[in-house]
Amino acid sequence: MKAIQNFLEENIKPNFEKGGKLERYWPVYDGFETFLFVPGHTAESGAHIRDGIDLKRTMNTVIMALVPCLLFGMWNVGLHHYNALGIDATFTQQFIFGAIKVIPMVIVSYGVGLGLEFLFCVIKGHQIEEGYLVSGMLIPLIMPVDIPLWMVALSVAFAVVIGKEVFGGTGMNIFNPALLARAFAFFAYPSYMSGDKVWINTSVREGQAVVDGFSGATALGDLATTGATQYSAFDAFIGTIPGSIGETSVLLIILGAGLLIFTGIGSWRIMLSAVIGGAVMGLIFNAVAPFALSPEQQAFMAVPFWHQLILGGFAFGVVYMATDPVSGSQTETGKYIYGFFIGFLSIMIRVFNPAYPEGVMLAILFMNTMAPLIDHYVIQANIKKRQQRLALKTAGA
Amino acid sequence: MADVDVLEKEVVEKPVPKPKEPLFSKKNRKLLSDPFDDNNPITVQVLGICSALAITVKLQPAIVMALSVVFVMASGNVIISLLRNFVPNRIRIIVQLVVVASLVVLVDQVLKAFVYDVSKELAVFVGLIITNCIIMGRLEAFALGNKPWRSFLDGIGNAWGYGIILIIVAFFRELFGSGQLMGYQIVPESWYLANGGFYSDNGFMLLPPMALITVGVLIWIQRARNTKLIED
Repeated sequence: MKAIQNFLEENIKPNFEKGGKLERYWPVYDGFETFLFVPGHTAESGAHIRDGIDLKRTMNTVIMALVPCLLFGMWNVGLHHYNALGIDATFTQQFIFGAIKVIPMVIVSYGVGLGLEFLFCVIKGHQIEEGYLVSGMLIPLIMPVDIPLWMVALSVAFAVVIGKEVFGGTGMNIFNPALLARAFAFFAYPSYMSGDKVWINTSVREGQAVVDGFSGATALGDLATTGATQYSAFDAFIGTIPGSIGETSVLLIILGAGLLIFTGIGSWRIMLSAVIGGAVMGLIFNAVAPFALSPEQQAFMAVPFWHQLILGGFAFGVVYMATDPVSGSQTETGKYIYGFFIGFLSIMIRVFNPAYPEGVMLAILFMNTMAPLIDHYVIQANIKKRQQRLALKTAGA
Repeated sequence: MADVDVLEKEVVEKPVPKPKEPLFSKKNRKLLSDPFDDNNPITVQVLGICSALAITVKLQPAIVMALSVVFVMASGNVIISLLRNFVPNRIRIIVQLVVVASLVVLVDQVLKAFVYDVSKELAVFVGLIITNCIIMGRLEAFALGNKPWRSFLDGIGNAWGYGIILIIVAFFRELFGSGQLMGYQIVPESWYLANGGFYSDNGFMLLPPMALITVGVLIWIQRARNTKLIED
């Protein structure tokens, strides 16, 4: 390590420093150097450090929380592929098949996203911002396995350029970039993002065929169209159901949520209130199910509220995307309101409009828009309260 | 949307006699060229956005719309400019509306007679040219205070400034949204995933939000090139 550092310091770094040949590309160099080593420069004015945490460590923690979902997603892809073909495969075979499908998506996501981010940093002369590290991992996890790679690349480009860089880069975006990428893909290529063809890879080689009676629909898709599904609640909790790559296993998502809450990176207020919001809407639907307009809708409304919460991307969205510190609410009271409506709207959208089974995506994007408004009123209310208290005191004295 | 920028009223020519101005003097040419860049109705003044979102899904309706607006705006400007000394100030908006409405009805009837399909696609938006803020804006701000020839040039310039954005946006939306231009297939059929290829049309391009984003990107490109448009 020492040798590498010396080599960098003596031979590479001067090129990028002021007056060097590649001065323009300093942000790129700096980005990689600080990735490997602690930066050598210190703050010049007084700094108030309570903890050594920086953006990179924050991002790395989230990625660590995502790794179980990623690994499980790989295995799940393989599992469903071999089940669909009616082949008995070992755990390793299943995992390797999934890895071959999923890893290219991760590479494309990071390649395109970081490439664009570096490009913009060089143009603007900023330091590299690490905001994309998490988005880059989230995007493949919320895509169906069969989506063509160029669509992933285009969605990433849209999310990074239109969703983030036009607003001023990391920390300035209004919407969660990963969800924006998914929303873009969802509206641009609906036939590759929804329906019952894309969730399970059924590519066959010579001599293989898809088993009879095979259905590639997700549990949520089944419920929305027929009101019943072949997958039990236990399957949905463990995660062995078809769906976007990383969203299926509620168990591992809870594990990730635990890590995020323990390290203080994800807000437990948002997660808790979102689950409550979802449960409340689920209970309302259970209560009004007898008055539904169609038998399918009635069956969907009658799904127990706790079952609603473990289906689809609800858990994944609530834990990893609703808690995005940039696009979410900033005030503590605001977080409760923000989270509650995410849960509430997710279940509402998914039941009322079966064409948008991923209500959680639209709910979070919508609440991203509302977050500043919520914060504004929370702050105003607080100011008012304090003013009143002050007025009372002065009046009493 | 419909508010009219009164502050923009151009300086009325001085009554001092001066040598006759050539038809395409530098000042007059500026009337034509300004709306294409420095003073574009859509990308700089942000007027007429509603129709820019609604009828830019395909190139053909966008071109027809652009031509209609050119006609309405140029004739409207000339008529109002001719009437400018006779219209009492209090009823000028009504007079402008009557003139524009008559011209729009004329355009609507012509479209229905000759290009019925396009007219059906444009639907209510031909009628809504009446409320296009660019037209009222130019009548108020320019035609009421300038001679017919200058008003005519101003009308042509602004209408094309609006039309050109419409056409650019429609070009990208039709090309990427349906793989066609003017109704002709541009992207080879064999490229499509359904036919064993790799390509798929971008359905988002056909939705209004993407028109807004496309206009946004045009504004971005324009301001990157023309730095004097950047505020603060």
